[in-house]
Amino acid sequence: MSIHSTRNDVLTMVAFTAVVLTMPLWLDPIGAAYPDLLQKFAIFGLFAIGFNILFGLTGYLSFGHAAFLGVGSYAAVWSFKLLTMNVLPAIAFAIIVSGVFAVLIGFISLRRSGIYFSILTLAFAQMSYNMAYSVLTPITNGETSLQLALNDPRILDPVAEAGAGLPSTELFGMSMRGYSGFYFCAVLLIIGFYISLRIFRSPFGMKLRAIKSNQTRMNYTGYNTRPYLLSAFVISGMYAGLAGALLAITDPLAGAERMQWTASGEVVLMTILGGVGTLVGPLLGAGLIKYFENIFSSYNERVLHEIFSFLPDALENLVVFVTNPFVGEGWHLTLGTLFMVIVIFLPGGIMEGMSRLGRLFRFGRKEG
Amino acid sequence: MTETVLNVSNVQKTFGGLQALSDINLKVDKGQIHAIIGPNGAGKSTLLNVIIGRLAPDSGTVKFGDMILTGMQPYEINQAGVVRVFQTPEIFPELTLLQNVMVPAFAKRDGSFKFNPFKSMAREKAIVEEAEHVLEDLGLHNQMHNLSSSMSRGDKRRLELAMCLIQHPKLLLLDEPTAGMARHDTNRTIELLQRIKERGMTKVIIEHDMHVVFSLADHISVLAQGAIIADGTPDEVRGNPKVQEAYLGGAHL
Repeated sequence: MSIHSTRNDVLTMVAFTAVVLTMPLWLDPIGAAYPDLLQKFAIFGLFAIGFNILFGLTGYLSFGHAAFLGVGSYAAVWSFKLLTMNVLPAIAFAIIVSGVFAVLIGFISLRRSGIYFSILTLAFAQMSYNMAYSVLTPITNGETSLQLALNDPRILDPVAEAGAGLPSTELFGMSMRGYSGFYFCAVLLIIGFYISLRIFRSPFGMKLRAIKSNQTRMNYTGYNTRPYLLSAFVISGMYAGLAGALLAITDPLAGAERMQWTASGEVVLMTILGGVGTLVGPLLGAGLIKYFENIFSSYNERVLHEIFSFLPDALENLVVFVTNPFVGEGWHLTLGTLFMVIVIFLPGGIMEGMSRLGRLFRFGRKEG
Repeated sequence: MTETVLNVSNVQKTFGGLQALSDINLKVDKGQIHAIIGPNGAGKSTLLNVIIGRLAPDSGTVKFGDMILTGMQPYEINQAGVVRVFQTPEIFPELTLLQNVMVPAFAKRDGSFKFNPFKSMAREKAIVEEAEHVLEDLGLHNQMHNLSSSMSRGDKRRLELAMCLIQHPKLLLLDEPTAGMARHDTNRTIELLQRIKERGMTKVIIEHDMHVVFSLADHISVLAQGAIIADGTPDEVRGNPKVQEAYLGGAHL
């Protein structure tokens, strides 16, 4: 059994790597193969994978994970301002800072469970958000957002020539814009996925699942559950910090709106939509939401008329009239409807839908 | 001279105005099966909850060997070797049977906290084999890859027993281990408990079923209205008129 599953894990990783690296190819037909969106898929995929380590394994629903995303972004931009435009120190710095931040918030929030835990994390995130606009302005630059400036020290970089523009983020000379930026995020996504896979398969992961299943039994079985929960919380906070750093790498700017509760809610939606506690589900959820946000919101009446132009005129007008509220500004309506349908009919998310389809297919094949 | 494993001294517990336990003194000797019986509401489960750390007594102490259990966390009490089987089975419904038994095995080996998120399960062969062995012992190995939520109630109880036995406890506390079981399953459980008795494990059993109590116990304490009214070997207790009065309403055993 164990050798078999190890081989399965290797296959999973090979398939996953192939799928991620070929994203620009197979996402092309649905119009999603441009670097900006591809980067978002990878970054929010990482965010959701990390969130799932906490929510999916332990069942603790954090409603304030965007705080770590924001902290990661600020830390990365500060690294660009003070140290160097190289992205590696920025990533390391962001992960460490968000990890420390997660220890503090987790230590206090994990004294409660259930809805009280969610409320505590939400309170901390909103507090961070409001402080970024007020007392922490020297660090966050308030409403103008933290940005690069020509006169930043950047002590590790060579002095820029006079008259040069703002430097861009780079990895040993390779610019992090466009496709190279996507591939950099993709490599980190693959590493992040591998770490999550190892955690899911480890005794540690099994114990986290046991905590979700029956925490009382865990206590009477000899486990001090608090440090387990805190570890999971900090790991997922570090994932969020990494995602925040990548946002800053692809666009060196950090604003407080990244920490708002809507951003925290979004990662919850992603995870539930894809499938809580599954390895790949949160990634699918993240992809779906970002796709809707970017593609559906760009549709308008004219585009719809083009799509449905094959229909007779009267019918075309009717269809466009019905579908129009679901696109453009109204893309949230589509997302909301989809979310309701999935939660009601497929509580296990897209992953449950896929495994049901798989079973149906296998069953059909056996019959035939 | 026998060695005392568990020593409950002067334990009191009230809930509001209700005196649930009044001045309980109890000694459990090593290697014995010690039964606590009594009518409903006598305080049996309260006493067990005090021993395991789920309830704090108002006064008095519970000592396990030289260790004072009163005030310790449930996980610390477990790590000290005192393990409890609950009345309604407390298992991990979302895990498979095998995983249900592996989790306590890890607790026994690694202690109350170990951070090993990158360790592969493939390198935990010893634990897997041990868990399979215990499941086989209890006749559950056929379904070990099933989710435990899908089992019958009787099987859940046996699974919980397996989860406790894999920890090789020094003292095992059983809260009505056969409640709700069919006679056939009851006899199997009695057989099993007798079998593990030979391994030198001390057990405290709370039980309603007189058949179970008299076929297993070396020593019986009778609780009534929060106080111990009789204490002795099964024969002594059986002949005690106070017990017959309080517990059996005057009927003869």
